[in-house]
Amino acid sequence: MYFLRRILFAIPLLLVISALAFALVHLAPGGPFDRQRIPASPEIERHLLAKYHLDEPVWKQYLEFLRDLGHGNFGVSMKYRDHSVNDLIAQGLPVSLTLGALAFGFALATGLPLGFFAAAQRGRWPDRVGSLLALLAVCVPGFVIAPVLIIVFAVKLKWLPVALWESPWHLILPTIALGLYFSGQVARLMREGMLSAMQSEFITAARAKGLGENELLFKHAFRIAVLPVVSYAGPMLADLLTGSFIIENIFQLPGLGVFLVNSSLNRDYPVVVGLSLLYAILLIGLNLIVDFAYTLLDPRVKYE
Amino acid sequence: MFDFRRARRFNLPARFFFLLVAALPLGGCLRHEPPADLTLINKGEPESLDPQIITGQAEMRIVEGLFEGLMRLDPKTARAIPGLAERYEVSPDGKNYTFHLRTNLVWSTGEPIRAEDVVYSWRRALDPATASEYAGQLYYIKNGEEYNTGKITDAARVGVQAPDPFTVRVELNHPTAFFPDLCAFPTLYVVPRRTIEKYGDGWIMAHPLPSSGPYELVYWRLNDRVRLRKNPRYWDAANTRSAVIDVLPFNSASTALNLYEQGRADIVWDKELVPAELLDVLLRRPDFHTFNYLGTVFLRFNVTHQPFDDERVRRALGMAVDRERIVKKITRSGEPATTSLVPAGTANYDPVPGLAYNPAAAAKLLAEAGYPGGRGFPRFSTLVYGIKLNEDIAVELQQMWRDNLGITMELRPLEWKVYLSTENHMDYDVSLSDWIGDYNDAQTFLGMFTSGDGNNHTGWKNPGYDGLIRAAGEQADLAAREQTFQRAETLLVHDAAPIVPIYNYVGVNYYDPTRIHGIYANVLDDHPLRAIQKTLPPP
Repeated sequence: MYFLRRILFAIPLLLVISALAFALVHLAPGGPFDRQRIPASPEIERHLLAKYHLDEPVWKQYLEFLRDLGHGNFGVSMKYRDHSVNDLIAQGLPVSLTLGALAFGFALATGLPLGFFAAAQRGRWPDRVGSLLALLAVCVPGFVIAPVLIIVFAVKLKWLPVALWESPWHLILPTIALGLYFSGQVARLMREGMLSAMQSEFITAARAKGLGENELLFKHAFRIAVLPVVSYAGPMLADLLTGSFIIENIFQLPGLGVFLVNSSLNRDYPVVVGLSLLYAILLIGLNLIVDFAYTLLDPRVKYE
Repeated sequence: MFDFRRARRFNLPARFFFLLVAALPLGGCLRHEPPADLTLINKGEPESLDPQIITGQAEMRIVEGLFEGLMRLDPKTARAIPGLAERYEVSPDGKNYTFHLRTNLVWSTGEPIRAEDVVYSWRRALDPATASEYAGQLYYIKNGEEYNTGKITDAARVGVQAPDPFTVRVELNHPTAFFPDLCAFPTLYVVPRRTIEKYGDGWIMAHPLPSSGPYELVYWRLNDRVRLRKNPRYWDAANTRSAVIDVLPFNSASTALNLYEQGRADIVWDKELVPAELLDVLLRRPDFHTFNYLGTVFLRFNVTHQPFDDERVRRALGMAVDRERIVKKITRSGEPATTSLVPAGTANYDPVPGLAYNPAAAAKLLAEAGYPGGRGFPRFSTLVYGIKLNEDIAVELQQMWRDNLGITMELRPLEWKVYLSTENHMDYDVSLSDWIGDYNDAQTFLGMFTSGDGNNHTGWKNPGYDGLIRAAGEQADLAAREQTFQRAETLLVHDAAPIVPIYNYVGVNYYDPTRIHGIYANVLDDHPLRAIQKTLPPP
């Protein structure tokens, strides 16, 4: 019941988001057809505006957009005039999803154990090293990590390709470059979560009952300690799945991230609005899944 | 403390996440294809591949492979040579052209290409419903502008006719010396009527796509690549050098260089794809090639803003610009400093000098205008498109004007679309601008500063100048036409100075000249794909 209500509530929320995106991008100075070369006649610009209904009032354009949206159609790109927004998403999203999912997997597969072991070895050198690594992963931005990885593993060692989207080998460096930041975040959250879980009363009680330290850590503390990571996972996954402008640019990957940024620079109205909506849908959906996951993980959490 | 054997059989709740990851669609993303014979790196994703829609060089480079006009460009000189037409005649008054099509022309899908297709394509470019931004390229044709702007609605009245399947007759408004070059411009390429009428706007994605040029489109994947395959039905297929070409759209210069260094890309052809930090080192290598082309960087003055309404002020600022310093210190790719707008090397034209660097005369002139030593000169700003190179140039100008004239300029760097819209609305004092020639003729540079031209953006109106440009447009004699243009340019860059030219662009591309053949330096930076070939290194 609770989740049904949440889903129903998402619909007006998405409408508000689309209206805001629509209004904001139309408010920005300049338009999709502003170019250095002014056409030979003002009529030419008028034809363009008429063709894309930009000569109509913005509210009317928005209603037309909603009508198209009702048919599952995000409209036509004004920058890439041979393509619809649906086409851009259909081509870019699988790439971004694949890369995002891999980076997500990488972040969890490295971040969770790192945080877990650091907390278990609290105060000793593995904790110090682990925390430092996690901090580094969080602090060093992708546009530094990616070129360093390329120089070391692709240019110098020649183990992996420098760029492009061709074979599984091409995915390794972008996955690491994209996932490293999140890996660091996960490790830090996991470590903090473990530390506070280990101090909670039920752990003390369990310890008093004579449970082994390993069982305590793995079976009881972990479930509670992982909760902050679970809350973080929703937005993180939405971020990862919609692609990264920097990583896609550096590795020349055909994902959505490049469109997400360039469409606003190009004032490509339908693409900006369409991708904002897509991002919002992913974010809302993933948060829902996160909340649902809570009920599975933590017996204390129940939704009415 | 840890028992790994126990850890392994532990029922981790985190399994949930891995399930989630596994449930996400992982498939359908990686592609295995035979490598292309030639891999080119182009700047950015093409906006379109529709000849009548495209406006940029990156697009034109691909489209030049897919479609052809009555004329095509010579890879060496970038001048027009016969394309779909095997020859043409011009009437003595220079206003009527008769093109004779080759008789063996077919689309890549096998249907014949006839004179009617040429007429259709040109009318399509002018049709308001097509909304072609470059429709102005056909305004030289009689009734072209009238049809495009809706003054007439009957396309049959446009001055292009097909009296028989192999003849195209064109009637122009005025003698237009560069009309054959225009016939090699993408807006005038010949496109497949039946496909366009069947699929509408997205017709270029139709499969198979009929092409009239040396290549056909195998696929176009956004932000990945455009793959082209030799069109065996092209009339000159015997001279198409490479069978399969990949064109990759890159935005990152360092990635382009890395891919090239690993031998995965053969040609990188855009100066923006040379990492700026390495420019000095790279330009000394034999595989990095610089060449002049038809592009000029210049300053615009907004003559509707005080004090730039005074031509003495404009000339003083122009004479205080040390262009050599800018090209030596900032741009550093061997750009020629210039005082004229039309670049040297433009066909049938020898540019005239404008205002040379002379700080003493500049200060004197500014004093005459009422600002001795810059006193009383209002603060003003210079509009720049906010990329580092432009900002560096503007900082240099700021210093020159302060040192030489004692005036204070502020930088106003803006994002591209905002920059364009600001310049367009003339909401600026001085603007750092550029222009790249659409075709190899002085008209493309000088024509835009006539009164009220959409690209003027200075507010400068001079009936004398307008008269000269109009006169040149009607002169069939090339020498007389050149002199008329030269008088106009003197007015523009020396006497009235609504603009101050600074330097000409040079292009940079990189490829191994011992293995890549068929790329020639020319002023249009045009390199037809059909002529390019890679030879394998000796075993």
